[in-house]
Amino acid sequence: MAKEFIARGADLELKKIRKEFPGFTAIEELDLHVPAGEFFALLGPSGCGKTTTLRLVAGLETPTSGQIFIGGEDETETKPHERPVNTVFQSYALFPHMNVLENVAFGLRQRKIDEPLVKAKEALNLVQLAHLADRKPQQLSGGQQQRVALARALVNRPSLLLLDEPLGALDLKLRREMQIELKAIQMEVGLTFLHVTHDQEEAMDMADTVAVMNKGRIEQMGAPEALYDRPKTVFVSKFLGQSNLLVGNVESTSANSVSIEVAGNKISVPKTRAEKHTGKIAIGFRPEKATFTNKKPTASSSTNIIGPGEIIDIRFTGVSNQYLIEVPALGNITVFAQNVGKSPVTELGEKVWVSWSVEHSFGLSDLPNTGEVA
Amino acid sequence: MKISLGKLTFPLYAILAFIYLLIPIAYTFAFSFNDSLKTNLIWRGFTFDKWTNVCQREGVCEAFGNSVLIGVVSTIAATALGTAIAIALVRYRFKFRRSINLLLFLPMATPEVVLGAGLASQFFNLGVQKGIGTIIVAHVMFCLSFVVVTVKARVASLDPVLEEAGKDLYANPRQVFWKITFPLLLPGIAAAALLSFALSFDDFIITNFNAGADMTFPRYVYTAAARGVPAEANVIGSAVFLAAILLVLATQINGERKRRMLMKKH
Amino acid sequence: MAFAAFSSTKSNGSSKPKKTGKVVIALLAPGLAYLGAFFLTPLIALIMVSLQAQDPYGGIGDYIPAFEINNYVLVISEYFPHMMRSFGYALIATILALMISYPLAYFIGVKARPYPLLQKLMLTLVIAPFFISFLLRTLAWKQIFSNESWIVTTLQQTGLLESDQYVVGTPFMVIFGLTYNFIPFMTLPLYTSLERLDTRYLEAGSDLYASPSKVFRKVTLPLSMPGIISGTLLTFIPIAGDYINASGDFLGSSSTAMLGNVIEANYLQINDYPSASALSVLLMGAILILVAGYVKKSGTEDLL
Repeated sequence: MAKEFIARGADLELKKIRKEFPGFTAIEELDLHVPAGEFFALLGPSGCGKTTTLRLVAGLETPTSGQIFIGGEDETETKPHERPVNTVFQSYALFPHMNVLENVAFGLRQRKIDEPLVKAKEALNLVQLAHLADRKPQQLSGGQQQRVALARALVNRPSLLLLDEPLGALDLKLRREMQIELKAIQMEVGLTFLHVTHDQEEAMDMADTVAVMNKGRIEQMGAPEALYDRPKTVFVSKFLGQSNLLVGNVESTSANSVSIEVAGNKISVPKTRAEKHTGKIAIGFRPEKATFTNKKPTASSSTNIIGPGEIIDIRFTGVSNQYLIEVPALGNITVFAQNVGKSPVTELGEKVWVSWSVEHSFGLSDLPNTGEVA
Repeated sequence: MKISLGKLTFPLYAILAFIYLLIPIAYTFAFSFNDSLKTNLIWRGFTFDKWTNVCQREGVCEAFGNSVLIGVVSTIAATALGTAIAIALVRYRFKFRRSINLLLFLPMATPEVVLGAGLASQFFNLGVQKGIGTIIVAHVMFCLSFVVVTVKARVASLDPVLEEAGKDLYANPRQVFWKITFPLLLPGIAAAALLSFALSFDDFIITNFNAGADMTFPRYVYTAAARGVPAEANVIGSAVFLAAILLVLATQINGERKRRMLMKKH
Repeated sequence: MAFAAFSSTKSNGSSKPKKTGKVVIALLAPGLAYLGAFFLTPLIALIMVSLQAQDPYGGIGDYIPAFEINNYVLVISEYFPHMMRSFGYALIATILALMISYPLAYFIGVKARPYPLLQKLMLTLVIAPFFISFLLRTLAWKQIFSNESWIVTTLQQTGLLESDQYVVGTPFMVIFGLTYNFIPFMTLPLYTSLERLDTRYLEAGSDLYASPSKVFRKVTLPLSMPGIISGTLLTFIPIAGDYINASGDFLGSSSTAMLGNVIEANYLQINDYPSASALSVLLMGAILILVAGYVKKSGTEDLL
């Protein structure tokens, strides 16, 4: 029954997946295509359905409706032990009654592969843990256990590797190291990785493509830079980084842009970066893209200006200062200023104008909840 | 180091309580060395004879042998049946859960006289001859619930993600059970088996109702009680006690040793 | 219940139970069928036998199926004192066991918590009596308190006992034996409950100006109530049905006969099966009422 697993990654396709549990629906409708050899991140808050999606791909759950294709084959009905997929579990799930080497060799033994222990040793070399082969998992630190879990999955050369928040339990420094290592391994071996996480920095750092999930649906999918630069929904704009959002009706359109009027300010967004061109829309911009000045800047068609507002809070975070500016009728606007030694006006209570380039605006497809502006 | 009187009360009480608990054991043990004749009521002298010639007293070793046989067979059956139920109770959802819990609990709550009389009536109605077989049937019945309780605790502490990892690593359901579930459940199953054996070995009331002419060790003691229990019975009782204590100590020491080894992190 | 003390139970909350299927039936069916055949059916058989009548054409021990409710009336009127005695002895013995076991369980479960090895040792000592035959240890007490023993002779000499009064065969001795034999049944559930007691509650109590006795009454006692209840059930029920301790060959005499003795005598010696069965049904009924009360309060999941 040992399937021939290819040493290259396979692509993954989910078609119209729906998953219901008694009492709630975990996944409303999911369509997903992960190309072979890609590092794909599924990003979202807890309860959004990302872990359920992972379990569906692994075969540990069956979808209520829809199909799952791995490497072109319909694997919707196949059992987990027959799928060319391996998982690195969030809690590592190392077998406590076997030593490290036997843990890693387990999958090979089940598939009756030759020389399981030799291959297991090789996999442990890959994660630099060959010297701990005889220990029991309980004797290892968290980071070491995580690497054993990775080796145990990788040794089987799966077409598709699933990672369920594998770095969650590690401290910051270790996590950064593991992120680099994981990415390096993925690129070296050419496997397809499906990485589930709620840490947006991790997703953006490691993945070729990120899909942001919310309430059982994918809200937006694309390269990390594209997602960050141009979020399309309120949720994505807030989950990936921070955003200031301004809501108003479209008052005027030009050849390239649409504009709304908010509290006497004209705010424009390029048509190519706006999801909706008519009606009531939300326009957003990132805090790091804006600056503030004590004198109102000269009006220009390429700059959005709002103000005057008052600095009501300043937070020092090392790399930058985060300013909270209260603009009457608009709410609170956040602006980041990189600490380069000299900074603009920095006193609490100062009256300032906030401006940013129109090119940095993005127009969303939905509206924030009433009352929410920034 | 100042030792206040208040702090001493608890340990003192505990010591007194333990002495109280252990007096009959000490007494039985002591009198197994008594150079007695027919009865073992008065101390006549110290001797090892009863220990070295324990089977010379008629019926003692036969009764002991029966008890061991019945214990082993009942334990195997009760452990197998009970482990299956425990796994089902923890890992699966199903209807009639409340009724099943109740059904499993009742044998533990039913007085032995009722269990014994009931089963004896049943055998009588079916025309089954009472003997070792009926004793075994009775023992499996009342040990089953205890096995379920003990194994259930162990199953509940077994993280299902380990079995999922097994499936993810190409193990089919049968392999998952034997290579992952069973080894991890083994301590609980062993504890349940020991408990079951102990209950079976020491059972008197239910056995008395359902035995024919066959003697188990407790039955032997009971029938001998009127005339006077011979010292050889004390020997067997003490020997079983020592074996049990040694077994418990061995498991504790082994467990401690394993724990110490695992604590050494790297 | 009690047997949680034998294993460490840190149950994993993340497990999602699987759906029903053929596997479940395969797992449950053999054991449950066995209990159905050898536990439930005998109980039903008991009820049926309890209603049987004397075979007019048969001899002693021959009965025919009937519906003699009268059996119950007869049995209650004849053995009412024994029922009361069983109930009374069981109640006293249970209370004594509770009073003796609680401080012990408290010591092992709370005071000795910093010394897990010592805890294990003490638990082993608590269940050690189980390792020696129930009959042998009861007999040991009989010997120790026998009419010629130095304890009894000393008590007689000091005048605490009349010169022709003895200890064995008295209700005192029977209750003493019952209490002794069932102390582990009371101690283990209490221990389990107290072992889980978070001492920070006690600290909070004294931080809020409660004296030690108040802390005990208002914090410890209520929090250990589940252990007290299950320990009481596990002790009272077997004692109520016991007949070894009260039997003449052991610690009792004919004047201390409990319900168990009566059932045994009727069944094995007089062969009066309907009476024995009727008494068994009554005993079982009383216990079921107790258990039903418990289940109503706490549900069935904690039973096992």
